[in-house]
Amino acid sequence: MNDRVRLRIRFSKLGKIRWTSHRDLARMWERAFRRVDLPLAYSEGFTPRPRVSFGLALPTGHESVAEFLDVELTGIEGVDLAALGTRLSAALPVGVDATAVAVLAPGSPSLQEDVTSCSWRWTAAAAEGAERPQLEEVRLRVASVLAAPSTPIARNRKGVERVEDIRPGILGLEVVEESEDGVVLSAELAAAPRAVRPADVIAALGPGLEERHVRRTNQWILRHGARREPLDVAPDDAPAVPHALERAS
Amino acid sequence: MTSLWPQIEPILAHVAKPARYIGCEDGAVELGPLDGRVSWLLMYPDAYEVGLPNQGLQILYEILNERPDARAERSYAPWTDMEAEMRRRGVPLFSVDSHHAAGDFDVLAFNLSAELVYTNLLNCVDLAGVPVRSEQRRPEHPVVMAGGHCTFNPEPLADFVDAFVIGDGEEVVGEITDALVAWKASGRTEGSRLHLLRDLATIPGVYVPAAYDVVYDGPRLVSVTPRWPGVPERVEKRTIADLGAWPYPRHQLVPMTEVVHDRLNVEIFRGCTRGCRFCQAGMITRPVRERPAEQVLEMASAGLARTGYDEVALTSLSSADFSGIDSTVRGIIDDPACRGQVSVSLPSLRVDAFTVGVASQIQKIRRTGLTFAPEAGTWRMRQVINKLIREEDLYGAVESAFSQGWRRVKLYFLTGLPTETDEDTLGIAELARNCVAVGRHHQKGVSVTASVGGFVPKPQTPFQWFGQATVGELQHRIGLLRDATKRERGVQLRWHDPKATLAEGIASRGDRRVGAVIEDVWRQGGVFQEWSEHFSVDLWTESMARHGLSVDWYVHRTRDQDEVLPWGHISAGLHDDFLWQEWQDALAAAGTPDCRWTPCYDCGACTGFGLEHVVASNVAPAGGSQGTGQDLSAGGDVPVFLRPKAGAPA
Repeated sequence: MNDRVRLRIRFSKLGKIRWTSHRDLARMWERAFRRVDLPLAYSEGFTPRPRVSFGLALPTGHESVAEFLDVELTGIEGVDLAALGTRLSAALPVGVDATAVAVLAPGSPSLQEDVTSCSWRWTAAAAEGAERPQLEEVRLRVASVLAAPSTPIARNRKGVERVEDIRPGILGLEVVEESEDGVVLSAELAAAPRAVRPADVIAALGPGLEERHVRRTNQWILRHGARREPLDVAPDDAPAVPHALERAS
Repeated sequence: MTSLWPQIEPILAHVAKPARYIGCEDGAVELGPLDGRVSWLLMYPDAYEVGLPNQGLQILYEILNERPDARAERSYAPWTDMEAEMRRRGVPLFSVDSHHAAGDFDVLAFNLSAELVYTNLLNCVDLAGVPVRSEQRRPEHPVVMAGGHCTFNPEPLADFVDAFVIGDGEEVVGEITDALVAWKASGRTEGSRLHLLRDLATIPGVYVPAAYDVVYDGPRLVSVTPRWPGVPERVEKRTIADLGAWPYPRHQLVPMTEVVHDRLNVEIFRGCTRGCRFCQAGMITRPVRERPAEQVLEMASAGLARTGYDEVALTSLSSADFSGIDSTVRGIIDDPACRGQVSVSLPSLRVDAFTVGVASQIQKIRRTGLTFAPEAGTWRMRQVINKLIREEDLYGAVESAFSQGWRRVKLYFLTGLPTETDEDTLGIAELARNCVAVGRHHQKGVSVTASVGGFVPKPQTPFQWFGQATVGELQHRIGLLRDATKRERGVQLRWHDPKATLAEGIASRGDRRVGAVIEDVWRQGGVFQEWSEHFSVDLWTESMARHGLSVDWYVHRTRDQDEVLPWGHISAGLHDDFLWQEWQDALAAAGTPDCRWTPCYDCGACTGFGLEHVVASNVAPAGGSQGTGQDLSAGGDVPVFLRPKAGAPA
């Protein structure tokens, strides 16, 4: 058991494949791991499963260039870590690419425990039947959310409608630019204790808006008071997102 | 002719399971805009998660895409939420591969595996922007075709489908493509459609309803006769002689979202000679054609490596009957590429201890449940339906399962069978109870589920003449079983809705006049009739009444030998007198043994095509009675003899 190793993998989910669910994604990874012949560690019991843990689920329909998973191996001998990302990307569907791989230090906290916030970029577009939002108006609405001491919105959790204050979870929010179908926003939203999602921010911004082209750009952990990415790899070392996938749809 | 994706994508945030509509499967073919090649849209008229795994559709997808003059894409019935959004926004039906409009393809080719999807076929044609009735289609519209088991009675869909393929599709799709190439080259001018249909009607195995005149006398069908020269009086099914020549699918599609049967599938043989008289699949797919064992191993090994699946199913109508199933299964498990992480499943387990022995080799870890299909509760009833397994076979299988760690056993039964008495029905409860008792010797808390379905007589089987049980009778039989199992701890009873059995009966043995009912049910919103949340029997019965058609006459009436059957001009290769003799033997409760291991009784399937059963071994494998009703515990060492028809079990 002592030679078991955990790998942390960063990956992207872009294009049509974003319409698959978190569960779907987990199955894609299991098949890819078997295809590249990784020495997976399996769980005990009636239905042994590879030990793979994902961080925060990405809502179906959202893109990301900053997804992470941890996978446990029975050993690292014979595994060419430098080539693994490329081999995994080839075994994964178009739109899902492994962009960085690193061995986790023993005892590292799980992604679930560790990630405190995520950065997002998306478009506030017109909801059905509404006028296309204007840049100045969205700026005003953003300013008013940021100025408010609390932002109660109705959220549906497992079928139960509850009013919750999401203001403490909005760590940053700004208007980026006007785009073809609306106004582009970026935000840093808390992942814990209650994750705030771009859809919640859209609800807080008031009526007539709909989220589109949502993309998670970063996940963040805290170390010694500083914000860092969950992988011990400098962002510049990681292969760039394949250009063709940036506008895959 | 460009991709509809920009119109489709905004809908996806508003529907359930959007991954149903994106394609992106591993193994899907990358195709650009529609071009000069003949374009096929292969359609499965049910939800994506049911249709995607269909092997027939995937086989044709590959064969067509290998041709230089053809290309094939796929589509499935959009779920009701998606359909509502598509209709509201004016988005037509599309392919999932390149998201082209269905109406821009040359052919819409439907796979028909179940009768209750017929209304979905109409809905898909309509969503494609194509008139649902063949006679209203113009040169610009695609040709609508259908294949699959249901086409052995094509008549209920005769008004909506331009041409049906009867039997194996591997070879005939090429011949159809040739005809379509000529049609496209002709410029699809006014009148060319009729020429095309005439061409198609002369291809062996292709049935063009417009080429036949149908004459009725009151409710009775008098004749179905060719209207055009060169059209056969009887359309014979197509049969591929050598399954080994068709190692498809080579690149099974791996879906990106959850589907049924989400695993690698390798078809190990086609056809079945067990001779179960209720089973349409067994009757229409004869003779038996085994895939060479080495090819099975190659396909499993290459498929697992390519897909990353950890399960492979060896599919057929009775997989344990494959010659040398034992060594084939072991070969897959011992394949070093599998590293002990692959499980093999046999989706149609034979009822005997030998089969469980094979199963125990292959399911070393995941021993949750095993399923057997004794089909009837008493030996008499099983002789009627020719499912010649003895009670000892079943108990041996169940004993073997519970002693080797399985915790649940599921038993499939039919009710509403010919000559069935209350005693026969109650035999189901008796068998289930005895199976629990057998299991208790090995485990506490054993669970046996008896799943009971209402019997629907199918065309091209010995039971095609039988008057189907009424909803009332089926309810009575289910009631008997509920009372008999109520206080039985360990026995769970499940049953199929008798009303759905009735609707299936209307569609199964209907003639052309039933087409109006199918259209009516569809126009009233009756889609996804296979799904209990959408099924409505009233739509069917009220529509029958509106069209002056008697449910009793179509469904519950037992037919005479001299009656002209609506599917009489379609042939599965079986002699009429063979089917009739089997029906008479059924009524006399006399069995007919499996002809793989006993002498030929000339059903017509082999002789008619100049073929023979392609099997690697002509002796029965060890264990159980192998569908002969005889004790064959030592397998091939015991010579199998042909029992006199009326004989009691040995």
